[in-house]
Order: sequence, then structure tokens, then C-alpha cells
Amino acid sequence: MRQTFAHMDAWLMSDHPESRRQAALGRTYGAWRAFSRNRLAMLGLFIILALVLVAVFAHQLAPYSPVEGDLRTTRLLAPSHGFWLGTDDQGRDILSRLIYGSRVTLMVVFLVAILAAPIGLLVGTVAGYAGGMVDAALMRVTDIFLAFPRLVLALAFVAALGPGIRNAVIAIAITSWPPYARIARAETLTIRQTDFIAAVRLIGASPWRIVLRHIMPLCMSSVIIRVTLDMAGIILTAAGLGFLGLGAQPPMPEWGAMIANGRQYVLDQWWVAAAPGTAIFLVSLAFNLLGDGLRDVLDPKAAK
Amino acid sequence: MNPRTRLFRAARTTGSFLGVLLLTYLGLLAVTFVIGRVIPIDPVLSVVGDRAPEALVARVREEMGLNKPIWEQFWIYICKIARGDLGVSLLTSNPVLKDIKRAFPATMELATAGTIIGAGVGVPLGVWAAVRKGKWVDQTMRVVGLFGYSVPIFWLGLMGLLLFYAKLDWVGGPGRMDVAYEYTLTSVSGLLLLDSARAGQWDAFRNLLSHLVLPATLLGYVSLAYISRMTRSFMLNELSQEYVVAARAKGLSEARIIWRHALRNAMVPLVTVIALSYAGLLEGSVLTETVFAWPGLGLYITNALQNADMNAVLGGTIVVGSIFIGLNLLSDVLYRTLDPRTRER
Repeated sequence: MRQTFAHMDAWLMSDHPESRRQAALGRTYGAWRAFSRNRLAMLGLFIILALVLVAVFAHQLAPYSPVEGDLRTTRLLAPSHGFWLGTDDQGRDILSRLIYGSRVTLMVVFLVAILAAPIGLLVGTVAGYAGGMVDAALMRVTDIFLAFPRLVLALAFVAALGPGIRNAVIAIAITSWPPYARIARAETLTIRQTDFIAAVRLIGASPWRIVLRHIMPLCMSSVIIRVTLDMAGIILTAAGLGFLGLGAQPPMPEWGAMIANGRQYVLDQWWVAAAPGTAIFLVSLAFNLLGDGLRDVLDPKAAK
Repeated sequence: MNPRTRLFRAARTTGSFLGVLLLTYLGLLAVTFVIGRVIPIDPVLSVVGDRAPEALVARVREEMGLNKPIWEQFWIYICKIARGDLGVSLLTSNPVLKDIKRAFPATMELATAGTIIGAGVGVPLGVWAAVRKGKWVDQTMRVVGLFGYSVPIFWLGLMGLLLFYAKLDWVGGPGRMDVAYEYTLTSVSGLLLLDSARAGQWDAFRNLLSHLVLPATLLGYVSLAYISRMTRSFMLNELSQEYVVAARAKGLSEARIIWRHALRNAMVPLVTVIALSYAGLLEGSVLTETVFAWPGLGLYITNALQNADMNAVLGGTIVVGSIFIGLNLLSDVLYRTLDPRTRER
């Protein structure tokens, strides 16, 4: 068994890969080895994996219903054997709500990432490759968006679109793409000078093909690192919108809205607000640790 | 370089800065215009109701200028804003600008106190972490910073109120002061801390301070996380420069090298970082003020949001956005004037 592992290790780390697949797998494996040495980053990864599992198996894990409670018997109970984290003003089990709330948090983060990252990638690569007037115009728009206060702008968007989790996601996505555009443009500027792009151009590839097939994939890793680092910010913004009553609407078990709900009882029943805040903190900490670790592995320039 | 060229360059730089400023403001106004006019339901219907006769609808539409082309409407909107007309708040029936003028000093007081704490503590800690790179100070600062980046500030505020106000009774509760002082304190500028000190009302001053200390520390902590991290990275950059080696070879004391030579050079980018974090705190006050019932701009905006008072929301957005853009640009200008390397290329 050990021998097999040693063999695999040698195959993966080979300096002379015989196929594209071996090279790609070897690179991934090398990055993983560097990454797994970073204990804090591994902790972050572990928390996020646990969160994903909790979200997937919420139905099996949650001891009670997240939206229905018994107002007569289980209202505002302190943490106990029956209710590990206590109950809220509607008599609902807070642990169950937290467990179901992980789905909301993951969904928001995922949706914002797949909405904002492609916009940023497209704007940045097109601006960087086209240059000239297109570049100037696109980057001016990006700068304008960068100079805006994100939270306040998201508030105004949600105010106009109407409160709700969908509109909160749209508002956060609209305000969070500019940094990705900046990064993608910077990468594009270095890539477009390389020989292989010149070769592709000589073969007769159209500019769109070059941008979409050859430049964009190479910009992905920097953008992914930046997105991971931004996840914590996205979670905090979404929770802030929920706290102000503009994100998820009751009875959806969103963590920010749960804090808002616990706010009126904080002096006597502190656990109603304490638990969801701890959850938000842990998850955004995990994303920060993971992002830092990824940056150290994939982007040695930024590591200091 | 002859003086004429220099003057020409200065004029061109100023010109391009003004151009950027103008463009960015136009962008901000375009966004608020779109939010206010295009997205919501027909504003005419919201005035006359959906059962009004068609002639009335047409007349109101004409009176509101909504039958004009969209570019003309945007131009009229810009002119209105330029005159300082942000509309009337539905909630208070005051002009929005007047409301904002009254609320703004409270926010400014909070954000300023937060920045003073954040920079006053964050810069020395960042320097310390850079000097002891990799040692326990550095590690601890990293954890402190990560904590600051990850914690929801409104929740930390709630827990702070629970612990320091309700349980320990060390600080004042929500609001800017105890109710008793609201009528005895006459305010000139709205910056109550300054006003009470100038009038010699020291018990009011102490009361104000006890209410300010918790929210300001929280905001300060968030900006400390950012400022100390940036300070550390700027200092590491400076400490690896050759002039530091030269200074050591000359026999200067380590303290002198760190604080007089390296930090002074690191201060140049740091000024822009501090300006940006001040802007960030003005924005972050939206959530903090809600938790602490602090009667500033943030609370004004959130109250307006909850009552669908769009004029007040958009007015607040324009004001916060303008300050944000202004500070952004100011930090850029400061960087260029302070760092001789960015001049006259």
C-alpha cells in the first residue's frame, strides 16, 4: 500500500510528465501539498466543508422544524438538553434554524460569485485585450463603481427593487464585480504580450476566441483567489442586509435576520442573538483563512 | 524643467482630477436616477392612484416632466441636485438636505473618533508586527486582524452593549446621551462633544463620552484591522530597502531607523489608507448606528428604508457617495503630492 502511494507520488511530481493530464494533476497535487502545510488554511477548508455537509444534510441533522415552534411551551427557552442553543420568540429551536440557515448563506455566496465573477472577468479581459478607447471607457466605468460605497449602494438598490433574498443577491453582485475586472485586466495585459497569444493570432483566431478560450482561463486563478477572499465580505454584507430587514424575509432562517430578531431580547435572552452571530463569524473567518492560504499557494508574489 | 512646463503639467493634472471627479459624480447621479425613476412602479400612478381618469394621468405626467425624453429628465435631475434640492422626506416632511445636515455631525463625530482609535492604535501595532515579523506579536496581530475582518460589526455591537452596558454598566447605553441632557445641551455645530467642552458643561461632556466610547471603539477596531495590516506590509517593504542597511551601517539606533526613517516613508501610502478607512467608517456607520440608536446619517437612511421613503434614501446615498468619492480622490491627490516619486515623470 505504502509503495503504491510512493509510486503515485513520484508519478505526480515527475519533472517530465508524459501527458497533459499527468502535468495538470501533478500541478494540482503540488499546490495541494503546499496548501495542506498551512494549518490555518486547512482549518478554514474544514469549516467550509463541514458547512456544506450541514447544508446538504440539514433535513436529517436538524432536530426540529426551522420555521414552526410551539408558542405555548417552548418560547424563549435557555439552552438545555432538549434545545442545545435555546429557542427564539416564536418557540423555534435555534440550532435547527442555524442548520437550515447554512443553506441560505451558501446559496447567497454561490450566487453572488457566479454572477459577479464572470462580469468582472469579461469586462477586465476585453478591456485589457482591446486596449485604446474600449479599455479607457470600460476602466472608467469600473473606477466609478469602485469609488461607490458598496453597502449604501446595495441598500439603495434593495430599497428600489424591494426587500428579499433574490434582490439582495443582485444588489451585492452589482456592487462587487469591479475588483475582479481590475485583476483580470492586469493579468490580460501581461498575457497578451506572450508568444503563444501571438501564435494563436497568427493561426487566425478571432479576438473573441483569443479572449474567451486563451486569456480568460489563465485569469481564472487570480480571480478565484480574490472571490474567495471576498466571500467573507459578501457574507457580512448579506447578513447586514438581513439584519436591516432588507435581505431574507421571515420566516426564512437567515442568520442576519435572526440577529435582528434576537436584538429585542438581547438583555434577557442573549442566546437568541449570540448563536447566529457566532455562526456568521465562524464561516466568514473560514473563508478568510482559506482565501489567505490559496493566495499564498497560487500567487507567490502576494505572499509576504 | 522650466516653470512654464511645470505650470502646464500641474494644470493638466488638476484638470484630469477634476474630470475624473466630475465623471464619477455623474456616474453616481446616473445610478441614483435609475434607481429612483426607472425601476419603481410608475411614479404617476403612485401620485394619482390607479383609478384616475386618463386625462388626469396625462396632466400629472406632464407636470412631473415624465413625458420628456429620458436624457432631458436626467439633465433636470442633475440641475435639481446641483441646487441642493434632494426632495422632501415623506417621513419627516422636511427637505431631505435639511434632515441630513442635522444628522451628519453625529455620524462625523463617530467616524472621526473611530478613525483616531483605529490609526492611533493600528499604526504602532502594525509597525511592531513588521519589526517582529513571524514572532508571536506578528501572529497575534494576524489573528486580531482576521477576527476584525470576519466578525459582523452589528452583532459585535449588540454583544458589547449586553456585556459593557447591561451587565457591567461601564459605558452609556444606546443613543448619543442620556435623555436628561437632551434639553440642557445647546448645540451650535452639532458636534456635541466639542460644543459641550467649549461651553464648559463637563458633566454633559462625560455623559457624551460614555455613550461614544463603545461604538467608536468598535468602528476603531474594524479600521484597526485594516490599518495595522497595511502598516505592516508597508513597513516590511521599507525595512528591506537599502537605505535601512546604510542607516544601520552608519550606526543609527534601531528605534531611530524604525520610527524616523522607515515609518516616515511608510506614512506616505498610509495616509491614503487612513483616508480610505475613514470613508469606510462613514459607510460602516449605517449598521453601527442602527444597533446603537445613534441619531446620524446611517440611522436616517435605515429609518427611511423601512418606511419606503425613497427621497430620503436616495438623498442619503448621494451624500454618502459624494463624501466617499471625495475622500477617495483626496487620498489619490495626497499620495501624489506626498510621494515625490509620482511627480514629474
